[in-house]
Order: sequence, then structure tokens, then C-alpha cells
Amino acid sequence: MSAVTGLGNPIKGPSAIGSDPQRFWHLTRALAVTDFKLRFFGSALGYAWQLMRPLLLFGVLLVVFTQIAHFGDAVPNYAEGLLLGIVLFTFFSESTGGAVTSLVNRESLVRKIEFPRLAVPLSVVLQATFNLALNTIVVLIFMLVSGVGVRWTWLELPFIVAFLGVLIVGVSMLLSAAFVRYRDVSPIWDVMLQVLFYASGVFFSYETISTDHKTLANAMLLNPIGALLQQARHAMLGPAYASASEAAGGWGLLMIPIGITIGLFVVGYIYFDRQAPRIAEEL
Amino acid sequence: MLMGVTEALPAVVVDDVSKSFRLPHERVHTLKERALHPLRRSGHDTLRALREVSFVVERGEFFGIVGRNGSGKSTLLKCLAGIYATDRGQIYVNGRMSTFIELGVGFNPDLPARDNVMINATMLGLSPREARRRFDSVIDFAELRDFTDLKLKNYSSGMMVRLAFSVMIQVDAEILLIDEVLAVGDASFQQKCFEEFERIKRSHSTVLFVTHDMGSVQRFCDRALLLENGKVVDLGDPEHVGNRYLELNFSEQARAAEADAEAVAAAPAEPVEPEVEAPVRYGDGRAEIVEAWFEDADGRRTDVIAHGKQANFAARVRFIEDLEDPLIGLNLVNSHRDHCLSASNVKGPKLGTCRAGQELTFRIGFECIFTPDRYFATPAIAAGPGAWIDRRERFVDVMVTGIERSDSIVTIPYDVTIDRAEVSAS
Repeated sequence: MSAVTGLGNPIKGPSAIGSDPQRFWHLTRALAVTDFKLRFFGSALGYAWQLMRPLLLFGVLLVVFTQIAHFGDAVPNYAEGLLLGIVLFTFFSESTGGAVTSLVNRESLVRKIEFPRLAVPLSVVLQATFNLALNTIVVLIFMLVSGVGVRWTWLELPFIVAFLGVLIVGVSMLLSAAFVRYRDVSPIWDVMLQVLFYASGVFFSYETISTDHKTLANAMLLNPIGALLQQARHAMLGPAYASASEAAGGWGLLMIPIGITIGLFVVGYIYFDRQAPRIAEEL
Repeated sequence: MLMGVTEALPAVVVDDVSKSFRLPHERVHTLKERALHPLRRSGHDTLRALREVSFVVERGEFFGIVGRNGSGKSTLLKCLAGIYATDRGQIYVNGRMSTFIELGVGFNPDLPARDNVMINATMLGLSPREARRRFDSVIDFAELRDFTDLKLKNYSSGMMVRLAFSVMIQVDAEILLIDEVLAVGDASFQQKCFEEFERIKRSHSTVLFVTHDMGSVQRFCDRALLLENGKVVDLGDPEHVGNRYLELNFSEQARAAEADAEAVAAAPAEPVEPEVEAPVRYGDGRAEIVEAWFEDADGRRTDVIAHGKQANFAARVRFIEDLEDPLIGLNLVNSHRDHCLSASNVKGPKLGTCRAGQELTFRIGFECIFTPDRYFATPAIAAGPGAWIDRRERFVDVMVTGIERSDSIVTIPYDVTIDRAEVSAS
């Protein structure tokens, strides 16, 4: 039976994306919507919790850093910048944190049915994107209420979020496939998220630390999330926050976070693609 | 490729597929272990789940895959479904395929039936729009119209199965892979499933059906494949494959029973009530029956005979003294001790003069019309009626296998005719 042409379509076995992009999208969406519905199933406030969580964290950090540590004195609109940082970082931590264990949590699906494996971690990212969209509305309302003017540069936000999305998808692919083999990835990533929370300037910005700690401030910009948060504040709150390229003194330094992001995406995809055929067996 | 060519292609071609799993003795699971023992090669066994499996399923065929537990049939199904990658070989699938390895994949107990149907249908390959369009027929087939908004956790297991099966039916794939799902649901629903199977069969969809139930294999399948230890043992007529399957099963059972018996024998002697009565043997000992066995139609020794097949009983006799025209005979009883067969050479052929030290083997051939059961053979050699030289009660036994159950001891060919009396209207 060597005449391959005579036998029709060879099946490829399990893969990352599969051959039907439409099915890939339907599945990803179905998984995300289901999770979204189940998320706060049975709780009294339901979806309101999704909005409350970043707001509660915001309240605590605002009190600590304006009343006790006085981080907010150096820059105008500290509260708005803090809330924006929390919401964007929540997007990152929620998607990557959820993606790590996603393949293992969906074991019953992965082992029972053929479908593009990448749909599983991506559905987690998609669900986090729904949450981000709703949280962004809260941020915008908060900004309008507190008198921050509407700017043209707000239009930059979708692009910043998209770039953050590329980083998130890259990390999610890498971590979810690695977790199937190495169960240590989950606790390690928990700690890493803590580290990144402090290293990305969620509750401070380049301006807050650059006068006393120039090196640390520059290091923060090497971290893609740090650079993105800086740029997001610049776009949303105005020139009081330097843009990422201004802070980094030109695009040269920024090539590093951009390179890290693209590199993680490429490596993540290649790793996931290589692991995809074996995931059902390794679980 | 031209449309006409596609039409002519077989639905599924499995070409020389092998698949093995590595079973590590000590699973290296954590980064720390990797870091501490970077060079340690953890030993592993290789389980060869499928070995050079090849077969072709034609368009519109209802194809059964049978095999005992661990024979590799589920692995084969998962390879066909694209869940496992094969190590070697290639599988060709021509047409839209849906897999039902488990009913209700993606069902979530906290969501109502409506949402679950959507999720499940999407998993099985429908677009959300198609899924919405078919929702009503799914609910109607499952007879769950009154429960569409009930959460799945409040469903009885039977209702859940009905829902899942309905979704599967409504997906309308050209090629269906089904892993024994029919053993569920109440009798009337099962009947409906069978009817639906008949419909699928008539609609010329291609079905690959994995099961243990030889009844449904023989009822639905056009052809069947028997797997054992990952190899194709038999392929073809479902009846034949079904019998081979039962044979494999029962000969294995017999071996297991023997192993048990040996284990008992090896155990320290304790006064145990013998479960089987001690073999009874009587006669004057001028000759002895050394061994006895059953043979299939091809003359191979066997412990299993398929119902309806030709078989032989054979026994080897050694003469201790010279004998003139001794009689040989056989009694066969079933597990209820009903006598099923009495055979002898009273009517010939005669043995003639038998010299001391000589040996002979006699065979009694019969058509195995016995109902599936275990049968015990008592061979005997005698000088005349009642004058036993050697008679060994229940010396050997044989399993008769078959699909049909019957209340009678034997299944004799019969026919039925009906004459209706004309009722005169006077």
C-alpha cells in the first residue's frame, strides 16, 4: 500500500491548531464562554465579583501607597495609573495563571476527543480578555469621574493590549505544555507572578523611582510588562508619564522587551506544537 | 483531486499502524528530580499497544472492532480519532468523522441541558449555528422537552445518557467512531438506539464500532476485526469473528482456571473440601484410557467448540492384556448433568484383536448442536454392556460457545408451518 495518492486524506493526529481554523475558533470560544458562565456560579453577587476583585486590590494599594508610603506624591493621577496597572496586570496574571493548569484540568476532553490542543490554553486567555474588556469600562468610568481628560492617545490602548496579548499567548503556550510534563511549573509560576507584580511597576512608574534608582528604573523597562504599563499610562493619562521610548532614551533599549515578547511567542508556539501530539498520552 | 475519485475511495484505510507506550518504572516528574539526576535514564517498559495493524473500511460499511480488555482496541480507536499520534504507519480518512469515545464530552453538571447540548455539539464538530438549529431535534429524540432548562446535575443518569446519545445522532457525520455506548439506558431507550443504528446503517454512513457485545456485532456489522495483543487476529464475517472472540475469551478462562488450580496445589496442604468431586474411575484394568481431548473440525486440540461446528472427541487407549473386540464409548453431560450424547462402536467399527502393549486412538465426530455451556466427557472401554475395563467419569471437559441462548439442551434444525383453517360464515 505504498501508493499514497490512492488512499485519500492521511490524518495528521493531534496537533496544536488543526486544519480547520473555524473549528478552532468555535471551540476556543465555546470553552471560554462555558468557563465564564461557571466562574461565579452559585455566588450571590455573581459577575460583580469579577469587577470587585481589582477594585478591592486597588483600594488597599491606594491607601498603602498614598497614606503610608507616599509613592503617589511624585506623579499626578497616581490613583488612575494604579488602577490601570492593576487591571492590565490582572489580565496577564489571570490568563497565564489559568493557562498553566488548563490542559491538565481539561483532561477529560483532551483524552476523549480530537480537537486542536491550543484551543484549551487560548480559551483561558480569551476568557481573561472578556474580563479585561469589562474591567476597562470600570477604569474609563473612574478616569472620567475623576476628571482626566479624554485624549486621542487613548486609541493606543487596543494596540498596547494586543501586544500584551502576544506576550500572554506566548507564555501560556510555553507553560501549559510544560506543566503536562513538569508539575513544578505551577508553583514556580505562582512565585514568578508575585515577582513580576513588583518588577513591572504596577503600583509605581518609571517617574517614581528613576530619580533615586536609575538602574532599577531602566531594568523595569527591560521587562515587557513594565514597558507596556509605562506606555499605557502615557497614552491614557498624558505626558506627566513618560512614554516607554522617552523613558528608555530611544528605541534601542526597547528592542529588548520587544525581542523578549516575540521570542517567547515563537518559542512558546514551537514548544507547544512539538508537544501537542503527545499531550493526550502524557496526561 | 476529482470528485469522482474521492467518491470511490474507501472511507477509512489503516496502513501498517503501530503504536507503543512507554511505561516508566519510576516517573521523573519534577524539575528538581531532573536537575538532581540529569543523566539518570529511568528504566521503562514499552507496551506495544498496536502492532502492524492494517485494514480497509469501505464506504457505507458497518465495521465492528472486537477484542478482549487490553487488546488494543481503544488505542486503535484513539489513533483513528486523531487523539493519539501513531508511531508508524498511516491512517487515511475520507469524509467528515465524529468520535464517540465517551458520551457527553464536555458536559458540565452545573449548566442546563441547553448549554450542554451546545458545548457537546461544538466539541463534536458542529458550528454554533448548526448546533442551535438542531437543538430541537436533539431534545425531541431524547424525550427531554420538559427539562431543557434543568441543570444537568439534577438529571438522572439515564436522562443524561439519552441527551448525550441524541447529540451524537444529530451530528450527522459521514464516518462515526463509536466506543461501546449502547450498554446504557433503559430497555426502551436501548431499543430506540438500536433502531437508530439500523437507520444509520440504511443511510450508508460508515460506522466503526468497538464493542464486547457479540450480539450487536452480529446484528449490525457487515464485517468485524478481532484484535488480540495489538495484532489483527481475524478479519471478516462477523459471525466467524464473534466465535473466535468467544474462543479466545474462554480458552483464556480455562488457562486462568488451570493456573488457579496449580496455585491451590502448590499451597500448603490444608483439609479443604474438594469443590469438584474426585474423578471416578472403575473397571478391571485390562486396558486403560490414557488421555482424551476434543478437536475442532481441522483436527486441532481445543477446549472450546463454537456452536454449530463440526468437532471430534478423541481418546488414546493402551492395552495391558490381550482383548478380543472390546467396546469403546463416550457419554457427554452438560453442567446440569443432562445427558447430551451417548456414542459407542456397538454398531461398528469393531476393534478386532488387541494385543497387550498396543495403543490406539479412537475419535467420535459430531456436529456441535449443543447449547453454549460446559460439557463433561466420560470415555469408557468395556468388554460388554456393564462389563467395564476402564471408565473415567468426567475425564475431560469442553466449552461450547455461541451467541444464541436457548432453554433446550441442543439446537435441532426445525421449521414452522402455519395452516389457517377457513372459517365458514354459515
